Amino acid sequence: MSEFFGSPHALLVLVLAGFLPNEIWRMAGLWFGAGVDEGSEVLVWVRAVATAILAGVIAQILVQPPGALAGVPDWLRYGAVAAGFAVFMLTRRSIFAGVVSGEIILLAGKWWLG
Amino acid sequence: MPATTQISIWSSVALPPLDSPQWKSPIRAFAWGMSSVASTVLTLVLFATYLGIGALAHDSHFSLGWVLGSTLLVWAGPAQIILISTLGSGATAVQAAIAVTVSAIRLFPMVVSVLPLMKTPKTRRRHLVLATHFIAVTLWVECYRLLPKVPRERRIAFTHGLGCGLVIVCMVATTLGYELAAKLPPLFAAAILLLTPLAFLLSTARNCKQISDVLALVLGLALFPLVSMLHTGVDILISGVTAGSIAYGVHWWRERARA
Repeated sequence: MSEFFGSPHALLVLVLAGFLPNEIWRMAGLWFGAGVDEGSEVLVWVRAVATAILAGVIAQILVQPPGALAGVPDWLRYGAVAAGFAVFMLTRRSIFAGVVSGEIILLAGKWWLG
Repeated sequence: MPATTQISIWSSVALPPLDSPQWKSPIRAFAWGMSSVASTVLTLVLFATYLGIGALAHDSHFSLGWVLGSTLLVWAGPAQIILISTLGSGATAVQAAIAVTVSAIRLFPMVVSVLPLMKTPKTRRRHLVLATHFIAVTLWVECYRLLPKVPRERRIAFTHGLGCGLVIVCMVATTLGYELAAKLPPLFAAAILLLTPLAFLLSTARNCKQISDVLALVLGLALFPLVSMLHTGVDILISGVTAGSIAYGVHWWRERARA
């Protein structure tokens, strides 16, 4: 069992750094939600910052790739994502078509490189 | 909410009419909620995302139990990816917690806007705790689409079913992604890892409603590589808050110019 869950310390970090800082906003919505205007300016800013943080994480995975993705050349990683995005726009924003195209470019490029 | 109407591609799960006696049973409502998971293409996107999260956790040296625990407890893809990639790249728990909590603020307006759909005059706050935990972008979108077809007094049971169904799908995907990253040749393992940035980039781009959202996405992508050269340990936060605030500033300025 200890191998399945890893160290108790890692689980504590999961609860303190992952579960609580995330869940607190859901529970805040449950407790204090009645008085907040959904279209207020603060929420526009919050959504912009949250979007930009997520964008930063996407960039981090592409620029400083983890594990097996690091074995793919930079230009192929960027090219695959750019191709996926182009197909997404061309198919009237189909996430499915975009993801599949990006993956095909990556696999074909890596296969072609040998 | 125009985005919600175009998402369903196949409507195999036909819910009974609102006045049907079949809705009398909360257990049935739960089951219908659970089977509604099969009626949306978002389930497929979520599956791909969690394949990626499982693979990311494996390649960042977390245990399978740990990442399954994160899917169950955190239940928010962006927060899980931030948690795994910040901790995996050597950030402290405090730095990771700050990045996670800033990314999670967006859950607040989602909860605020969706809970009124489930409330009846008899609903107590504690009845909504589990449904609130399930709220993330997918459930939020699906609630707008599906809850109007469910009698009000069965909506909490229905949401519990929907939430449980999605969690089960994602737990399976997390396990699969983790095991595949361990066993597949590097070529396919790389392809699974690429699912995360692809699926998130495209689903975020799709959710962009205002100019501030589009700018935040573009600036956030562009700014991170620059800020990461500073090696501050909180690069994600600095680039995110800066890009997001610039995007908001442009929105504010345009609104003012229009007024």
